[in-house]
Amino acid sequence: MNALMAPFGGWNMPIQYAGIIAEHNWCRTKAALFDICHMGEFIFQGDFESGGLEDVFTFSVKSIPLGRSRYGFLLNEQGGIIDDLIVFRIAGDKVMIVVNAATAPKDFAVIRGRLRGGLFTDITAATGKLDLQGPLSRDVMVKLFGEAVAAIPYFKFITMNILGVEAIISRTGYTGELGYEIFIPAEKVCELWDLLLSDERVKPAGLGARDVLRLEVGYSLYGSDIDEETTPLEAGLEGFVNFDKTFVGKEALLRVKEQGVTRQKVAFEVAGRRSPRHHYDICSAEEIVGNVTSGVFSPVLGRGIGIGFVRPELSAIGTPLTINHERVSMEAVVCDLPFFKDGSVRA
Amino acid sequence: MSIYFTREHEWVKVAGNVGTVGISPHAAHELGDITFVELPKIGAVVKQFGVLGSIESVKAASDIFSPLSGTVITVNDALETAPEVVNESPEDSAWMAQIEITDAAELNNLMTQDQYNDYLKTL
Repeated sequence: MNALMAPFGGWNMPIQYAGIIAEHNWCRTKAALFDICHMGEFIFQGDFESGGLEDVFTFSVKSIPLGRSRYGFLLNEQGGIIDDLIVFRIAGDKVMIVVNAATAPKDFAVIRGRLRGGLFTDITAATGKLDLQGPLSRDVMVKLFGEAVAAIPYFKFITMNILGVEAIISRTGYTGELGYEIFIPAEKVCELWDLLLSDERVKPAGLGARDVLRLEVGYSLYGSDIDEETTPLEAGLEGFVNFDKTFVGKEALLRVKEQGVTRQKVAFEVAGRRSPRHHYDICSAEEIVGNVTSGVFSPVLGRGIGIGFVRPELSAIGTPLTINHERVSMEAVVCDLPFFKDGSVRA
Repeated sequence: MSIYFTREHEWVKVAGNVGTVGISPHAAHELGDITFVELPKIGAVVKQFGVLGSIESVKAASDIFSPLSGTVITVNDALETAPEVVNESPEDSAWMAQIEITDAAELNNLMTQDQYNDYLKTL
């Protein structure tokens, strides 16, 4: 396959195969296959309320309908984001929690420390995960696994038998395209990889393309755009915080809401093909007013795009900014998200 | 026409007192998909190993250094709208600038093709 490999979160990961832009284009037009086995998966089984899980995240676990999943946060006492994650309601008393690779050991320890009961297990090593993403992914999945896949709506999943084992097929992803995340016992993941690639509409894509795809639709990358020093309020992610329930970090967030944030996430487009990059300065009137947390050349838009944090008064759409780094300087304008608005994610 | 290389992976093809400059296939491959090329201005005076321009890929941004001292007399404007040519044809279509050479003796500071090939093996 001739993949360029690199270490990531303690795993050896494929960064690229044919090339980042070619893989990106394939995902936007056909179906791209990503090896995402590095992500962490935990199982909680028990009573969500008496076991303490209900208060762990910024959203309610018990109110997630069976067969649905929900995105949100694990916060520290200061309201900083320990991780962003998705919880899958597998059974009345059982959920799967899917977390980022680099944060998985810490997440597990923090969650376990907040539980008062129930059975909590780390199934990361035993679980394989492949993402099939792109406008043709549904057709491919239906051909391989049957009509049941066709009916899965966005943020729902089904459990079904694949290759003789039980797998979860979830209509979620990180690309802004129609797509699926498939969780399967690790010993079958290579067989599933080969099966999916046997369809000529499917080509492999690496983490390099995945990063471009996610930024084009404005998804946050943990460790770059959000971290323990960043609250969901600053990051423009308040929609994933339910203030009608109890959760760790709620008091801190309420204080921030009352006092107002001191910095705010902005999305910006560059006038030209230069790429803003992580840690570049964001300037206004010759003064440094923030920094870039993610930036890239967008192949679909043909210009540089980025996300960063600035003083709140400079976060209005249309605000002109300058992105500076050493000899490099580029003019940019604050814009709305997503950058790329024509994805097939809800098709 | 002779071709010479820098340790920073620029090449220069010398014909008379004019040097044509680009980046090596090795550099283009290492950078990956090229998304932007910053060319020098015509008339700019550059020093050997001084900054001539810059190049960006999906993965990285990098300066381009001038293999020789001189004055920029032509630039390859086509790269501004089609930087991917650097990946497709780094040693031909994707030349970046032509320089009127000030001091041919500076060629002694550069590597020949064979020397550059050996140098690549050490990286």
